[in-house]
Amino acid sequence: MNTAGLDLSELTVRKADTALVRLTARIAPGEVLTIMGPSGSGKSTLLAALTGTLDPAFTLSGSIRLNGRDVTHLPTRERRIGILFQDALLFPHLSVGGNLAFALPARTPDRAARIDRALAEAGLPGFASRDPATLSGGERARVALMRTLLAEPLALLLDEPFSRLDASLRAQIRGFVLDTARARGLPVMLVTHDAEDARATGGSVVSPMGDPV
Amino acid sequence: MTRGTGRPGLLRLVPGLTIAALAVPVVAGLWGTIAPALMPGAIAQLLAWPGLFQAARLSVVTGVLSTAAALAITVLILAGLRGTRAFSALVRGLSPLLSVPHAAAALGLAFLIAPSGWIARALSPWATGWTAPPDLLTLNDPAGLALTFGLIAKEVPFLLLMALAGLPQADASRRIMLAETLGYGRSMAFVLTVLPTLYRQLRLPVYAVLAYAMTTVDMAQILGPTRPATLSVQITLWMTDADLRDRPLAAAGALLQLGLVISALTLWRLAEIAARRVVCRLAEGGHRAAGMDRMATPLAALTALATTLALAAGLAGLALWSVAGLWQFPDAIPSGLSLKTWAQSASGLWGAFWATTVLAMATAALAMALTLGCLEAEHRYALPEGRTRLILWLPLLVPQISFLPGLHSLALATGTGGWTATLIAHLTFALPYAFLSLAPAYRAFDPRIAPLAASLGATPDRVFWTLRMPMLVRPVITAAALAFAVSVGQYLPTLLIGGGRIETLTTEAVALSSGGNRRVIGAYALLQMALPMLAFALATAVPALLFRNRKGMAI
Repeated sequence: MNTAGLDLSELTVRKADTALVRLTARIAPGEVLTIMGPSGSGKSTLLAALTGTLDPAFTLSGSIRLNGRDVTHLPTRERRIGILFQDALLFPHLSVGGNLAFALPARTPDRAARIDRALAEAGLPGFASRDPATLSGGERARVALMRTLLAEPLALLLDEPFSRLDASLRAQIRGFVLDTARARGLPVMLVTHDAEDARATGGSVVSPMGDPV
Repeated sequence: MTRGTGRPGLLRLVPGLTIAALAVPVVAGLWGTIAPALMPGAIAQLLAWPGLFQAARLSVVTGVLSTAAALAITVLILAGLRGTRAFSALVRGLSPLLSVPHAAAALGLAFLIAPSGWIARALSPWATGWTAPPDLLTLNDPAGLALTFGLIAKEVPFLLLMALAGLPQADASRRIMLAETLGYGRSMAFVLTVLPTLYRQLRLPVYAVLAYAMTTVDMAQILGPTRPATLSVQITLWMTDADLRDRPLAAAGALLQLGLVISALTLWRLAEIAARRVVCRLAEGGHRAAGMDRMATPLAALTALATTLALAAGLAGLALWSVAGLWQFPDAIPSGLSLKTWAQSASGLWGAFWATTVLAMATAALAMALTLGCLEAEHRYALPEGRTRLILWLPLLVPQISFLPGLHSLALATGTGGWTATLIAHLTFALPYAFLSLAPAYRAFDPRIAPLAASLGATPDRVFWTLRMPMLVRPVITAAALAFAVSVGQYLPTLLIGGGRIETLTTEAVALSSGGNRRVIGAYALLQMALPMLAFALATAVPALLFRNRKGMAI
């Protein structure tokens, strides 16, 4: 059986006796699954379950498998699941290149060259020494994506990463993120409350409770 | 914006008045110190004093070492424990310890670590074989280790609580989570992604701790070495000597002390820049250090526990001594309890209690009037926030020992000594804490409420008294309790500006500390510690009682 991709089996998260998340899904490499729902519908709970940062007040059952490996109870740092947030969350004390170097594994040879290549891929050549505070919203979003990818994740979570961008930029960045993730064969889960984002992915759309939207 | 009814001009004066209350005593005091220090002969006299080098070295070493250690422990606790249940328990335990005056904390520690102290008693004779107090210098040791430990224990809670206030601004939770998804361990993630931002919030508190630690008089008198004592203790001895010939010596010493603090702060700033480079270089290296958590977390828990226990056990020791009957070495507990000490010292305790309470209440009242006036003026006249930040920290950064001698001489010269001058000196030190504690809540007050009330016809004064005050009652009373606690803990201003005529619990406890009557010391120190705790208990109880039927006002 092909185990490549992100496999959620009966993944259930409860608070007290109420189930907030109940999801069975398979995201193949290069595919996008969109989770849609209004705020408070368990979207962020689902993300926390996947990254392993669930508050102890929640109980989790079911399993999360990534390329066949059970990561359900692994600590966050060992899961190799990358995440992009609403805002880029670039570290203000590091340069753009420093932010990327932070994600690059320590043993990588030729770090500077790798960073330059990543910046070129993001359409930001020569940005390595820039202060992140001087970047535009779109530039920041692209740096954040490259940072996440340089840590070589096996899956990508998108936590409404386009919602802060203005309309003209939104489609462009969304296309860049999704194309890059597809090109690397990453299973992607997009969490959003925006129907346009959901349509643009071309994948299936479900609620945190697993109902089709 | 519409002005308040009544005295519209008065409120506008408050910010200026507040700045004056903060800066004038410091600047005038510095001038009053430096001028006599520069008189011919003063510096030569100081240089001729044989203990000078040793005293100055002690002040620098104990100050810098304790500040660095306190900061390191604070970072360790945050890196290793943040987000755990142990951490919330620790924060709840440390908050009340923060209100404990320095003198009481030092006395408690002294009772704990002295050769005849609680630790030695608990271990004797079964583990140590001692049947009499050993001849060890665990207290007042010439290297100042006891003083260094005392300072660390007292400053960790302060730095930790200041850091907690800054964590949200450093976006700590999300940054650490992001770093974790990139493969980093929690403690490494904290140091590399949160600390550089957090430290900016922590910088002024750290500077204040360094300036304090280098120049403390009360803690050094209780825990520090004696021959020679630290420079600031020596200056105080010269200042309070009945023989006025030592005054130029004291002024020159105070000037030297100021120079030492400025040099130490400068070096500290340079070390900060170097440390920041190291952290950034480390972040760019990509080392995940996932294994570090296994060491950092238990170590943090251990240090936190040791700090809390040392303070708490010391304070419990004070309480026990004050009611101890016969308590021979090496008994771990007294053979009986008695209220004899309290009965015998009742009149002295009563007088000191009242002097302390009156001073502290007046200080808190003035500090709150100025703080509230400032914040309300800032709101009504849309004054820019934060332009006074450095002035607020001025009395905490300039060492007391450097400007109080000058202020004392000025007070004598202008005949304004005694209670009023002492009250003003207390106000100078209490005001920054009251302001820093209240300002965030005041500025975060829902900005829609005042316009809403105005649209209903309420004047700004009415909004202030009937909406803002009741809704902010919790932070207001907490700030007042803090000002009260700061005043209770003041030693040097009371001693020097009061000219030795004002006897508070603090001055008495420190004065008694050299005598060695533990029962009486315990009684004074216990009362000194109880007053601020009572104030904070009221700060919790009063709002809860006022709004017992208002769910929206619950914590």
